[in-house]
Amino acid sequence: MSNLVRSGANILMPFILVFGFYIVVHGHLTPGGGFQGGAVIATAVVLLMVAYSRAEVRASISKKVLKNSETLGLLLFIGTALLALTAGLAFFGNWLLDAGTLFGTPVAFGINPGDLNTGGIIPVLNIAVGIEVLGAMGLLLLAMLGGMKGDAE
Amino acid sequence: MKNALRAVILVVCAAAFLLAGPGLSFGEPAYTDMDDYMLLHGQEETGSNNIVTGVVFDYRGFDTLGEATVLFTVVLGAGLVFRRLGKKEDEYEYE
Repeated sequence: MSNLVRSGANILMPFILVFGFYIVVHGHLTPGGGFQGGAVIATAVVLLMVAYSRAEVRASISKKVLKNSETLGLLLFIGTALLALTAGLAFFGNWLLDAGTLFGTPVAFGINPGDLNTGGIIPVLNIAVGIEVLGAMGLLLLAMLGGMKGDAE
Repeated sequence: MKNALRAVILVVCAAAFLLAGPGLSFGEPAYTDMDDYMLLHGQEETGSNNIVTGVVFDYRGFDTLGEATVLFTVVLGAGLVFRRLGKKEDEYEYE
């Protein structure tokens, strides 16, 4: 693509990534969550594919990292759910809630601005799903890029 | 014949929609115990201010686990469909 598109992509890329991570991490306070934030991060991959040629995309995005992140996200999700069994709760029990440690602050009833340190295992599950979705969507997009005919210079 | 049949179906569907639509009461959902319980107890039971995330990730965690597994399977199937046999030069085919 032209230099204009490349410069625009370079400028927009960090903002898209930061916005995606914000949606993932603040999933228990504001609208959004793991799926939506992961999809927003995956749009950064689309932007890269639109702006640069296939060789440059191949050099900058590693397929192995995306594959590993997808598997890691799913394992983190199931592992967090399984750890509730060691705390004496049911599968998917909220074992971090009100513990006072990470994400363990009790939340007040009613309308309040919210604290990032609340939610129990919900932020952990959000981050796990976010990692999985960005890996999965990136892999899908890269697979379709590989099936594309001709050079998208 | 086919066009006439299509027109008849369209007219019947439009009439059904237009006749039944105004009778529905908008903004007055049927009473259930579930939504009241979640709105009253969701904040202290899940610890999340966003009640939708509380429902999706705490009350219905199994559902979300199924969704994540579906996504994993989708990527597996897409990689199977989009792989290229024989050629090794393109890195983006699925091994």
